[in-house]
Amino acid sequence: MKARLTPWKLGTRRLREGAVRIVIVGLFIMFVLVPLYWVIVTSIKPSKDYLTVPPVWFPAEPTLVHYTAALFSYRGLQGLINSLIISSAATLLSAVLGTMMAYSLARFRTGGQHLAFWVLSQRFLPPVAIVLPIFLLFRGWGLYDTHIGLILAYTFMTLPLSVWMMYAYFRQLPKSLEDAALVDGLSHWQAFRLVAVPLAAPGIAAAAVFIFISVWTEFFFALILTSRYAFTLPTIFRAFLGFQGAQYGEACALATTSLVPSIVLGMLVQRHLVRGLTLGALRG
Amino acid sequence: MANVKVSALHKHFGPVHAVRGIDLDIPDGEFTVLVGPSGCGKSTLLRTIAGLEEIDEGRIEIGGEIVNEMRPRDRDVAMVFQDYALYPHMTVFGNISLSLRARRMAKSEMEERVGRVADMLGIKSLLERYPRQLSGGQRQRVAIGRAIVRNPRVFLFDEPLSNLDAQLRDEMRGEIKRLHQEIATTMIYVTHDQVEAMTLADRIVLLRDGVIEQQGAPLDLFEQPTTLFVAGFLGSPRMNFVKGRLEGGPDGVAVKLNGGGPAWPLPRGRNPVLANGAEVIVGLRPEHVGRAGTGPAAQGFARVEAAIELVQPTGSRSYATFKLADQPVMAELQAHDISHAGERMCVDINLRRVSLFDPGTGKAL
Repeated sequence: MKARLTPWKLGTRRLREGAVRIVIVGLFIMFVLVPLYWVIVTSIKPSKDYLTVPPVWFPAEPTLVHYTAALFSYRGLQGLINSLIISSAATLLSAVLGTMMAYSLARFRTGGQHLAFWVLSQRFLPPVAIVLPIFLLFRGWGLYDTHIGLILAYTFMTLPLSVWMMYAYFRQLPKSLEDAALVDGLSHWQAFRLVAVPLAAPGIAAAAVFIFISVWTEFFFALILTSRYAFTLPTIFRAFLGFQGAQYGEACALATTSLVPSIVLGMLVQRHLVRGLTLGALRG
Repeated sequence: MANVKVSALHKHFGPVHAVRGIDLDIPDGEFTVLVGPSGCGKSTLLRTIAGLEEIDEGRIEIGGEIVNEMRPRDRDVAMVFQDYALYPHMTVFGNISLSLRARRMAKSEMEERVGRVADMLGIKSLLERYPRQLSGGQRQRVAIGRAIVRNPRVFLFDEPLSNLDAQLRDEMRGEIKRLHQEIATTMIYVTHDQVEAMTLADRIVLLRDGVIEQQGAPLDLFEQPTTLFVAGFLGSPRMNFVKGRLEGGPDGVAVKLNGGGPAWPLPRGRNPVLANGAEVIVGLRPEHVGRAGTGPAAQGFARVEAAIELVQPTGSRSYATFKLADQPVMAELQAHDISHAGERMCVDINLRRVSLFDPGTGKAL
């Protein structure tokens, strides 16, 4: 005889599954959303509400004063503009160069088996080992504290990542499509541009988002290679910890501001991102 | 429209010598089928003609022009791939017209040509669709359309039907043959399927291990195979091979099977250049082994009694397996000649159609 589920038993099972779900969602909220909420809410709190016990969950008199302070007194706006310029340019360069290089590695086996691995091995060095030589070179070349300098540094830093993401992508792209394009009368460059790149768009989008986020949040190189002119957003945060104590409101205001571009970018390419991350998992 | 000439072609893939000195002369307008088991080099040969693989040695000419160093786009050949290779991000129209766009053809002419080809292949209603929205047969048609829209000098087909189910494959095979009759352009077609090769080809080129085993009209290869390999490759069910020995008789040469039985006199004119007593392999096509009539065996036929061990009916014919001199042989019978295994019956073997092979070299005698 088959065991039958009585409505009552069914009810407890649903209840149990529901409870598990609530616990998991609850943990997610605690670890991800609560800190985020706290940062955002602190950015609009008056200073007296920062560290009160019990905590203020929402300020009675929200204020934008921290935003004006962070953006103008602490030169946050300048940092934001610098970061946008540098991150976008480095992302674009890294994605374009990385895609071309990955295609060459995947299709023509450029450099035999070792070049691809050598590219990746660039990331084995701890950043601190290369920042000093770069600092000295940049000073000699007049690239210290310039946008171009930091763009170049970030491009080379992120190139291994974009090359490897795109390498994996191109390798699972059927070669017969490009063969067909070649026989159809396209040059190799046209076959790359009109067939391979459009098909690799999800991979390129995913790589670009990763590059952008890693450049956007990078602190160490920006700290060493810039000072008063080409500084980026992350380098400003150290100013909020001073002798007079921490500027919680300003820090949170700037953090909130700095979240916006990444979130917008993520939303724009979300569909591509999921496909890019699951590459190889599904075909056709 | 052009002839294709391949001379002393060699191609290596690392340590693998895929194509070993192939000479091939394909006249203008001929339908040539390259056939052979997997790994025989047929696809590689096709891809070198397309320019997708570089060659190590030799010469390829299209229309009298040496194309060894020429890029695929300049060779003016079109190719249909096994997996269709349709561009997934373009519509059917985009797929078919890409080669025309690459040559900067005027839009009105492009639309007219694509329309004509789509009409011809019955895919006019699909022009705005994407490949993922098409069935296998429709994709195949689009791939063919993409090839014919340019009026290339030569068509290359790389196992175009092997991804289709059996019924669709028969249908498309007919369409490709009709296409060739309509446009009469040189076509080179690669397949491992001997039925496709037999039905489509003006000429079959049978490859094995990177060399040409035999080439010629389909029926010539079928009826006069020069080697054991060709005899076994073409024909379905395949030719029966039975071991035997040559014997001199009063009326010329006879062959005696190894398992015993009487010697079969070979028809006059068949004088294998081997000494008496030499080992031979006797090749019998199933269609030349049939149910015996009521009278005595006719001139040129040998009659044996067979205990049928296995019957495979196909509807129009039934294939019956029995032991001939202890070696399994398949006979092609009329559907109602036999009902079940275990029956005993007399079969006649047509000795005029027997093939003899040297077991050492595999060459026909």
